[in-house]
Amino acid sequence: MILALAYGAVLLSFFSGLLALLMNQRLHVLEFSQHWFKKSPHGNDCSQSAIANSLEEKHFPFLLRQAVFVLLGLSGVFAILAGLGVLIGKEVITDQLSLGLPWVPWHVRFDCLSGFFFLIVGIATSAVSLYGPGYVNSYDESQHPFAVLGLFTGLFVAGMLLVLLADDAFFFMIAWELMSVASYFLVAFQHENSANRRAAFLYLLMAEVGALAIILGFGVLASFSDGFTFGALREAHLSSTWASIAFMLALLGFGMKAGIVPVHVWLPEAHPVAPSHISALMSGVMLKVALYGLIRFCFDLLGDVHWQWGVVLLVLGTVSALGGILYAMMQTNLKRLLAYSSVENIGIIFMVLGLSMIFMANGHPQLAALGFLAALFHAFNHALFKNLLFLGAGMIHHQTHQLNIDMMGGLIKKMPKTSMLFLIGCMSISSLPLFNGFVSEWLAFQTALQVDVLNNGVLRSLIPVAAAALALTAALAAACFVKVFGLIFLGQPRSHHCEKAHEVQDKGMLAGPALLAGLCFLFGIFPGPVISLINSVAGQLLGETLPNDAALGWLWLAPVSTSQSSYAPPLVLIGALIAGCISFWYLRRNPATALRISETWDCGFGGLRPRMQYSSSAFTMPFRRIFAKVWIIDEQIDKDMQGAMNQDVAAVHYHLQIQDHSWPRLYHPIEHGINKLAKVVGRIQTGNIRVYLGYSFVTLIIMLWVIS
Amino acid sequence: MNWLIAILQTLLFVALAPLLAGWIKCCKCRLQNRKAPSLFQPYRDLIKLTHKQPVVSEQASWLFIKAPYIIFSATVLAATVVPLIAVDLPTSASADVIVMVGFFAFARFFLALAGLDVGTAFGGMGSSREMTISSLAEPAMLMAIFTLTMTASTTNLSFAISHVLNEGLVLRPSFVFALAALTLVAIAETGRIPVDNPSTHLELTMIHEAMILEYSGRHLALIEWASQLKLMLYGVLIANIFFPWGIAETFDVQALGYGLLAIMGKLAVLAIFLAVAETLFAKMRLFRVQEYLSFAYLLGLLGLLSHIILEASR
Repeated sequence: MILALAYGAVLLSFFSGLLALLMNQRLHVLEFSQHWFKKSPHGNDCSQSAIANSLEEKHFPFLLRQAVFVLLGLSGVFAILAGLGVLIGKEVITDQLSLGLPWVPWHVRFDCLSGFFFLIVGIATSAVSLYGPGYVNSYDESQHPFAVLGLFTGLFVAGMLLVLLADDAFFFMIAWELMSVASYFLVAFQHENSANRRAAFLYLLMAEVGALAIILGFGVLASFSDGFTFGALREAHLSSTWASIAFMLALLGFGMKAGIVPVHVWLPEAHPVAPSHISALMSGVMLKVALYGLIRFCFDLLGDVHWQWGVVLLVLGTVSALGGILYAMMQTNLKRLLAYSSVENIGIIFMVLGLSMIFMANGHPQLAALGFLAALFHAFNHALFKNLLFLGAGMIHHQTHQLNIDMMGGLIKKMPKTSMLFLIGCMSISSLPLFNGFVSEWLAFQTALQVDVLNNGVLRSLIPVAAAALALTAALAAACFVKVFGLIFLGQPRSHHCEKAHEVQDKGMLAGPALLAGLCFLFGIFPGPVISLINSVAGQLLGETLPNDAALGWLWLAPVSTSQSSYAPPLVLIGALIAGCISFWYLRRNPATALRISETWDCGFGGLRPRMQYSSSAFTMPFRRIFAKVWIIDEQIDKDMQGAMNQDVAAVHYHLQIQDHSWPRLYHPIEHGINKLAKVVGRIQTGNIRVYLGYSFVTLIIMLWVIS
Repeated sequence: MNWLIAILQTLLFVALAPLLAGWIKCCKCRLQNRKAPSLFQPYRDLIKLTHKQPVVSEQASWLFIKAPYIIFSATVLAATVVPLIAVDLPTSASADVIVMVGFFAFARFFLALAGLDVGTAFGGMGSSREMTISSLAEPAMLMAIFTLTMTASTTNLSFAISHVLNEGLVLRPSFVFALAALTLVAIAETGRIPVDNPSTHLELTMIHEAMILEYSGRHLALIEWASQLKLMLYGVLIANIFFPWGIAETFDVQALGYGLLAIMGKLAVLAIFLAVAETLFAKMRLFRVQEYLSFAYLLGLLGLLSHIILEASR
């Protein structure tokens, strides 16, 4: 039953993709339906005319779009149900599909870990399908055909779900490639810009290199076992060197997809150019699928984790978290900023996962379960709020045709609903109490503070430093999202488009983000249900769950023991409401002191203009000075001079470019190396057929010699 | 009973915060050879402000008007968590010390947004600087607090303070470092000299004042009150974590009375130290603040490492 739901989710997303193809075939559909109506005598005139009407030029694309997104949404709902079913039942369901090559059937396994990620994919897909119809309306059909967008969206979602179902390396890689390639076409959707094509190519390149690493990782495992099914790979006994090699390959492959520093460079290129609901899916969900791959590979297939791997994850995660947020802060393109912030959040997840590995390898499975819980909960939360923020960015782009936050401002009055939703997203991602981001960060801190149980002195001093880096990351994230919300929604509009902007009309476009925002708040106040779901994942995968403090119940969060730490968000919410209401009521009693609206104070000079407000680069200037070494900063100030002796400044041009260190340090040397190598190899290509025949002859001789 | 004490001590927090501000002002005036205002002047200022009609810019959105209430509530919530006169509070269990830092972050988030809301250059400047300083101060503060929580192996402030009480007077190197770090952070976070000057509106050096420049009337009263409360919170944290003696462990009237007297005495002494420091030092340049805060961070880290290396059980 549960498996049928899971298959249903895959098939529905697949069909939604196929249905989108009909967009180009409007005339054929019309013909076919007329043909069908002639045949069936029961069809009365009324329904016939209704259908004919619906196939008219105007209605057909609209209805088809709706239908495609309804199917996608149903797929999301099925995925949620399937995920919840398997998580509550704590089951492991296996199956075989006789698809693909005749002698290698596809093995399917649906357990708690897959179920949890099914839940993430399902929620995100449902929100996106509510949001989609309104958003894609703005695309011009002749330039950006919906058939392409719909087809690859469906395939992309189906690919992600299949990755989660796969139980052998072949099937896993096929699904993985389906996901990668479908998302490549989505990134390249607006291909008329050369920058977009470049971003898409970079994405494809890195996705394929990552896939190669994953294949090699599976290969290492498979060479120690008798088959490619995950069951066989689990049985493989590897020496610790080979296990570490397999781990490094998997880390490279999955890390490339997840966007860990320094292999994160495709994220800030690809996310901004894809349509917003696709970036939401890519950033909110696809990165999580990569995380799933890593967890499956390390905790399930490799089995015994080494603490050194945990240290690698911890260090990489710390670098990614800090680097991601510092780069995010400097961006002016909203979606690029959000992409870098995904790097940060993935970094946090990796950090906590690393802690979990360290505790696991040192024989503290309960604490490992705590770290695992924090990591998965943060993955879940990140999927919610990052999806919300990307969809919000799409709404802003839809209404103002801008993504540059230096050109926005004052939208809180023009788009009150959007601003409220976006504010919830910003508060969640800044990990403020009462929202879900805080709960997972709190759990992460609790995990890090358990370091006293370890015997290794280096680890005992390394982990608190990582915890401090996490604190710095959280504080920087708050600063970054104050900047984002403050510059976009507050102040005065900085451009004509923003002045003319108005609220989103489409109800679905508001409903999708509203769903996510509601969940962000709900799981911030009642994290219990999600935590108990993750507990069953940990129970299946690590064989250990958190101690269940039944005495405290659902109101409290006390992961280790009540005397060590506890957090009761509902009580905090009640306290906040009481404090807020009392102060509000007390001060507002007197009607004589009602508000007076007046002009902004302008120091008596007059003429306060929008250009006088702080901009993005002004807001982040102190950070730029303090952390100057983190970026490659190219700052230029040019002055146009005029007047006698050229001494009066007519205009000042400020130009700021911030570049990532990983390009000149890592990618350009690789590029040069490959070019040089290609030139060396090119020497044997003389262009002379006799030489080529000689090569063949020599090869043949050598082969014969080898065989004999 | 527990809850009653918790509510009572929160009310005490809210009520006493302006008194502490008045006392600091008094001490400073005496040290600078000026005539001091009454000890109760901050109360009079707050009452005067609540009776005035607030003027709100036409550019302001709902966020600007609601922010003072949010900031005040978040700060009061932080106050519920910190043991003032008695330990073993139920509120310390519902929100631990990390949540307390979260409450401060919450208040700051809205304060910074309110600064940006009106669209003046000053507001943006204040927000940008405040977020910079706080994002450097927060890790340093957590480092100092982690030293405490790892020593007591709990993040519940009540339990942690009880632990320190039960241990008796033990000189721990880690606590000395943590005390220094927390003091430096407290000065930075509450906007005192040498990081920020609370008594000036000199345009180019403002941090906190720049953000709240547009506020007036009851909104200003709330924000002022919240910042007095924050100052007191840091004072109580320093006093009760590192010198917890005198705090009530049982809930009888006598113990609570002693607890109140003890904390008032401790805060009075701390305030004199603060006043002396503010008189002796000049405000530093904005971009020196990072060095100051990295020093605080380093002290916090040293505290934590010395705990791990020297004091941990194994």
